[in-house]
Amino acid sequence: MINQLSWKVGGQQGEGIESTGEIFSIALNRLGYYLYGYRHFSSRIKGGHTNNKIRVSTTQVRSISDDLDILVAFDQETIDLNYKELHEKGIIIADSKFNPKKPEDTQASMFAVPFTERATELGTSLMKNMVAVGATCAVLNLNIKVFEDVVEEIFGRKGKQVVDKNMEAIQAGFDVMKEQLSDKVELMELEKADGNKRMFMIGNDAIALGALAGGCRFMAAYPITPASDIMEYLIKKLPPVGGAVIQTEDEIAAVTMTIGANYGGVRALTASSGPGLSLKMEAIGLSGITETPLVIVDTQRGGPSTGLPTKQEQSDLMAMIYGTHGEIPKIVMAPSTVQEAFYDTAEAFNLAEEYQCPVIILSDLQLSLGKQTVEPLDYSKVEIRRGKLVTEELPEIENKGYFKRYEVTEDGVSPRTIPGTKNGIHHVTGVEHDETGKPSESALNRNAQMDKRFRKIENLKFDTPVYKNAPHEEADLLIVGFNSTRGAIEEAMARLEKDGLKVNHAHIRLIYPFPSNELLPLVQSAKKIVVVENNATGQLANMMLMNVGHAEKVTKMLKYDGNPFLPHEIHTRCKELV
Amino acid sequence: MATFKDFRNSVKPNWCPGCGDFSVQAAIQRAAANVGLEPENLAVISGIGCSGRISGYINSYGLHGIHGRSLPIATGVKMANRDLTVIASGGDGDGYAIGMSHTIHAIRRNVNITYIVMDNQIYGLTKGQTSPRSATGFKTKSTPEGSIEQAIAPMEMALTAGATFVAQSFSTDLKDLTALIEAGINHDGFSLINVFSPCVTYNKINTYDWFKENLTKLSDIEGYNPHDKGMAMQTLMNHNGLVTGLIYQDTERKSYQELLNGYSESPLVDADLTLDQVHFDKLVDEFM
Repeated sequence: MINQLSWKVGGQQGEGIESTGEIFSIALNRLGYYLYGYRHFSSRIKGGHTNNKIRVSTTQVRSISDDLDILVAFDQETIDLNYKELHEKGIIIADSKFNPKKPEDTQASMFAVPFTERATELGTSLMKNMVAVGATCAVLNLNIKVFEDVVEEIFGRKGKQVVDKNMEAIQAGFDVMKEQLSDKVELMELEKADGNKRMFMIGNDAIALGALAGGCRFMAAYPITPASDIMEYLIKKLPPVGGAVIQTEDEIAAVTMTIGANYGGVRALTASSGPGLSLKMEAIGLSGITETPLVIVDTQRGGPSTGLPTKQEQSDLMAMIYGTHGEIPKIVMAPSTVQEAFYDTAEAFNLAEEYQCPVIILSDLQLSLGKQTVEPLDYSKVEIRRGKLVTEELPEIENKGYFKRYEVTEDGVSPRTIPGTKNGIHHVTGVEHDETGKPSESALNRNAQMDKRFRKIENLKFDTPVYKNAPHEEADLLIVGFNSTRGAIEEAMARLEKDGLKVNHAHIRLIYPFPSNELLPLVQSAKKIVVVENNATGQLANMMLMNVGHAEKVTKMLKYDGNPFLPHEIHTRCKELV
Repeated sequence: MATFKDFRNSVKPNWCPGCGDFSVQAAIQRAAANVGLEPENLAVISGIGCSGRISGYINSYGLHGIHGRSLPIATGVKMANRDLTVIASGGDGDGYAIGMSHTIHAIRRNVNITYIVMDNQIYGLTKGQTSPRSATGFKTKSTPEGSIEQAIAPMEMALTAGATFVAQSFSTDLKDLTALIEAGINHDGFSLINVFSPCVTYNKINTYDWFKENLTKLSDIEGYNPHDKGMAMQTLMNHNGLVTGLIYQDTERKSYQELLNGYSESPLVDADLTLDQVHFDKLVDEFM
């Protein structure tokens, strides 16, 4: 019996590789296993190698596994590109159609199974994916009945016959694989899972659901990988609550329309990736100086320019903190799990209204597209707080004066009226302005308004600016990361602890304002610090050096080849260091 | 009920004496009063440039944004609150150069807002460079040998982009301009009003006198039918675009908001920000 399994299916893009992985993982999620799925794909629609690596476990996992138990291959390229991940007892299950050849330098065993042939016999070669799922079940000694519901949900609309055929295909795969399995090959039977119902979702789904729960009722966005899922989800879910999504002509229209809607009093969202964020920068400054709430999602991908559009990277951090010309207060948050992505997004709308400034939810491709098992989300934890939005009736202002929308206050936050509010009229401009919004170039006023704006975030209240797993008062090593590296760091940490090292882990969830006070004690109590990040210059490490110092302790662990960190990479490197 | 004086504020415009924009400001104030608006129910969203300052000179809600982006901002405001009257405004550089893409897409989107372009064929605030509306041969600081580019024909462009309301006016024709703005506000869909608004400082060619000499009123053209797109296009071409009045109106096509599936009939700004637990549970269930 095993408590963890790593399974990968690969082939040409457009061949249904994704759906094979989808069916397999949904069924196992329903049995109560924790899953983690990560897709390798290219920036093209058809053709090119793609694969979906799925990890099944009886405990929560949030990282790609180091190695592989089963590789399901629809072409030779899949074998050639991925076989090295297989451990010595690993199994390749390949479609017999392409006469698979097993590479010489592997201990793994290979079975050629007639995926396409059986599927064609049953009616259509399209069902070869189902045959492959069935073959996997034989290796896992898994009753194929667990797929019945999933197949019904996916194909039910096409009629009972299609459902039955697909189940037959799974059965055929199971039978033919079972015949081939000799006693020499160990079955990979998974320990029974707890059977609890949990969600299985990508970060982008959680962000979109978080927005909906957080009161977002309008979105303007332009399609871009890996952010489009957020728009696509809300296009389905906003109309039932009266809201709308507009797909705009460009990224600038998306952000300015979002600013317009927020100015109009509606909680509104835009989401993009690095190239889109670069285009939105001027408008982010407008939101900053006009103190108009704004929530933006940046799902980082490989940059610069078009870069590696379908690959993991975390290289927008500095751009999100400092991007836009001039200086504005801003909040940059970085959820590290799908669960956090939900709650953080909902909270972003509160922060945007309370502090009247842009709030950027930083995600990365691995978090946004990686699919995780999530404990059911708790809606009662979602609050709606609107800050100093004026809802009561206002007294008339004498002599046609304007409402002091930018009143200099102690906490820097001014009362906010929205269009339609009687006696709340004021001007809004990206030009420096006085308390009523009228343009002013006076030095005195400039200082008063700049100081007021920055005062807003001096005492920002943020629930968990740093996620800490710090069992040691004095640690040999502190590992620091942000966004999706959390899973790999957690696993590396467990192994380092097993090796006898004292390790603490800090994951930065509030990137800006940087949580120096929260982090400093952990930095001080560690002998060495490793900052793990998917970029080439060590942007988070640099933020730490700027804010908490201790340069002599800090080592940057960087990876910018487009692939997420694996636990063993962090483990090995940290061990070398200490 | 509010009068046009209620749409005045205490800010003194920083436009040059004689600038055409003064009349546009007055026309908006009169039109707003004439259609029965209260100041708090009007939002004027403007771009950057001399004319972009207009939102600060009208007693109403207003947002002076970034260069070329008045239309998407105005669209967002209107989406947030469909009961507001939203006017977007700016210059020809704002709308036909840096913001041209938004102009075309706002036209085809047909959100119920009114866009007033103060067209002076030059960049004024940056002190006299060529604009996309400058005629070929027009000499400016940035085209010392005369512009070698073709001027944009905004009214023809609007027709081909699928506009449902296209009008053009001259800033001194206050009465006609006011009536056109009223018609634009009352039009259920996107209305584009291009206003020749002379720059007395940097444009010594397209002066008040030049316009008086060269403009033809559509009301003077016998049999002109603003519901005939073909006639509208032909007339514009015959007069090199130098006509004033209502050029084209399509009263059949529904506005974006009317066509948008599920979009709240009451202002979205009043929507409940919470979901009921059953609704949320259903959403969660979809991922199980």
